[in-house]
Amino acid sequence: MTRRPRALVYGLLAAFFLGSAFPLYWSFIIGSVTRVRASQNPPPLLPGGHFLENASRVFDRIDFWSALGNSILISGFSALSVVLFSTLAGYSFAKLRFRGSNALMVFVVMTMAVPPQLALIPLLKEFSNLGLTGTQFAVALPWLVTAFGVFFMRQYLVDAIPDELIDAARVDGCSMIRTFWTVAVPAARPAMAILGLFTFMQVWTDFMWPLLVLQGSDVQTLQTALDQLKISPSQTLSDMALLQAGTMLATVPLLLLFIATGRHLVTGIMQGAVKG
Amino acid sequence: MAQTTASPAGGHGGNAVLDRGGPPRRYRLSRWDLKASPYLYILPFFAVFAVIGLYPMLYTGYLSFFSWPRFGAEHGSAVGWANYVHVLQDPVFRKALVNTVGIFLLSSVPQVLIATVVAALLDTHLRGRSWWRMSVLLPFVVAPAATALIFGSLFADKSGLVNDVLGGLGLSNVSWHGERLASWTAIATMVNWRWTGYNALILLAAMQAVSRDLYEAAAMDGASRVRQFLHVTLPSIRTTLMFVIITSTIGGLQIFTEPRLFDTNLQYQGGADYQYQTLAMYVFNTANSAVDPYPRAAAAAWLLFVLIIAFALLNFLVIRALQRRSA
Repeated sequence: MTRRPRALVYGLLAAFFLGSAFPLYWSFIIGSVTRVRASQNPPPLLPGGHFLENASRVFDRIDFWSALGNSILISGFSALSVVLFSTLAGYSFAKLRFRGSNALMVFVVMTMAVPPQLALIPLLKEFSNLGLTGTQFAVALPWLVTAFGVFFMRQYLVDAIPDELIDAARVDGCSMIRTFWTVAVPAARPAMAILGLFTFMQVWTDFMWPLLVLQGSDVQTLQTALDQLKISPSQTLSDMALLQAGTMLATVPLLLLFIATGRHLVTGIMQGAVKG
Repeated sequence: MAQTTASPAGGHGGNAVLDRGGPPRRYRLSRWDLKASPYLYILPFFAVFAVIGLYPMLYTGYLSFFSWPRFGAEHGSAVGWANYVHVLQDPVFRKALVNTVGIFLLSSVPQVLIATVVAALLDTHLRGRSWWRMSVLLPFVVAPAATALIFGSLFADKSGLVNDVLGGLGLSNVSWHGERLASWTAIATMVNWRWTGYNALILLAAMQAVSRDLYEAAAMDGASRVRQFLHVTLPSIRTTLMFVIITSTIGGLQIFTEPRLFDTNLQYQGGADYQYQTLAMYVFNTANSAVDPYPRAAAAAWLLFVLIIAFALLNFLVIRALQRRSA
C-alpha cells in the first residue's frame, strides 16, 4: 500500500469525521436556541443567540462551578496518583528481577476483567461506615492506581531503559529508590505524561461510582451534576435547550484539553496497543 | 554493595568483588533494599486492589447468600440460594438480561466492523495523517453522561432530528424511547459513536506493524487491495482484533450510563416497560429497592459477572476455532 490514497479514502474519512462531530454541533445548536424553539418542528439547524441565557439558567439549577472544581481536583489528583504508583510498579515488573514477577503481572492484567458493579455495595458500606460518602476523596479512592496504568508503564519501560544504565547507577552506590528517580523516571517521562492525560479523561468521564457515592450530597462532579440537571424540577425533561447548554458547558473543558493534547493521546493509545 | 538487576550483564561474579569492601551494616541494608524494593514498588497496586476490588468482590459473593433487610445493621440469617432464585425469577431481571445482550450485539458487532474499515482507511499514505487520527478520536472526550443527553435529544420521539429526517424521507416516525428494538438501537448508536474511533486507532497500530514486504509480495502475485486486506491484513492483526472484541464485550455488557440518562421518566427504570433497562442498571436499582436490597443486588452483580466471563470465553473459543480452520 505505497500509493497515495484516492479521493474515496478521504471522502469516507471525512464522512466519518462529520458523523463524529455532528452530535456536538447539534448539542450546541439546541443549547443556543430558546426553550420553545428547541421543541418545535422542524428542528433548528443553525445556532441561535441564546446560549448565554441558557447557560445562566444552568447555573441557577446546579452548582456548576463547584462541580467543575471537583472534577478538576478529583481527576488531577487521580492522574498524579495513577502515574506515580503505576510507574513504580511498571518499573519493578519491567526491570527488576524478583520471585513471582511473571505470575503477579498476569494477575494484574486479569483484574481488568472484574466489573465495577461487583464491588459497589461493600465499597459503599465501607465508605459510609468511615463517613467518607459524599467526599471528593471517596470518588478518587478507586483511582489511586489502575491495572491498565501498571500494564502500560511496564510495556513502555521494558524497552525504554537500557539495563546498563541501571547497573551503572547501582555501581555508583545509588539506592534502589534513587536509581528509580534518577534513571527510570527521566526515561519514563513521555509515557507518564500520556498515562496522566488518559487517566485524567477516564476519571473525568466516570459516572456510576461518583453517582453512588455522592448520592444526596452537596459535592458533585460535572457528570453527576448533569444527572441532577436532568432530574431537577420535572419540567426540565422537556427543556432540551437547558439540558444541551449544560452538556456543552460540561464538555468544553475536556474538548479544549483534547485540542491541546490530542496528538499525544493518539500516540499513547496506539503505543499501548502495539506492545499489548 | 550487592546489586542485581534484571540485566544479564550484571552477573553475580562482578558484584562479589564490590561486596567485599562494604561495611557489614550498610551491606545488610543494601541487601534488604535489593530484595524488598521490587515488592514495595508493586505493593500500592495490590493494596488498592485488595481494598477496592478483591475484598468487595468476595464480600459481595458472601452477602448474596444472606438476608440483610436494611443498610447500617449487620446482615441477617443465611438464606442459601434464595437471593439468586429471587433474581432469576424476577421478570424485570429477565428483561434486563435480554436487553443487555441485545444492546451489546447491536453495539459491538457494527463497532468492530466499522473500526476495522476506518483503521484500514487510516493505514494509507494520508496527507495530514495526525489530523485524521485525532479526528476519529473526537467522540472519546465526550463523557458517556453527555453523550446520552445529546443522543437523547437527537432521538427525541417528538422533536428529534432523526425522526425529522425520517419524516423528510417519507418514512413514519419511530418511537425511539417507547419501542424495545428502537431504544436498543438508539443506545447502541451512542456506544458505537463514542468507541469506534478509539478501537480504530488500536487496530491501526496493529496494521502498521504488518511488514510492508508482505503487501508487496501479495501485490506482485496480482492480489487486489481488497484481497490484500482479507488475506494479509486481517490474519496479521488477529491478536489485536481479539483484544478489541474481548474488551468491547466486557465494556458492552456493563453498560449503565447511556440507558440511565436516555430515560425520559424519573424512575430510572429504563423505560416505562423496562424495555431498555440493562443488568448494570438492575444491580444499581435493586440496591436502592425496598426489600433485602443489598443481598439481591449482590446476587445480580455476580450473575452479571458470570455472564461477562461466559461471553468473553465464548469470544475467545469462537475466534480460536476460526483461526484453526483458516490455518
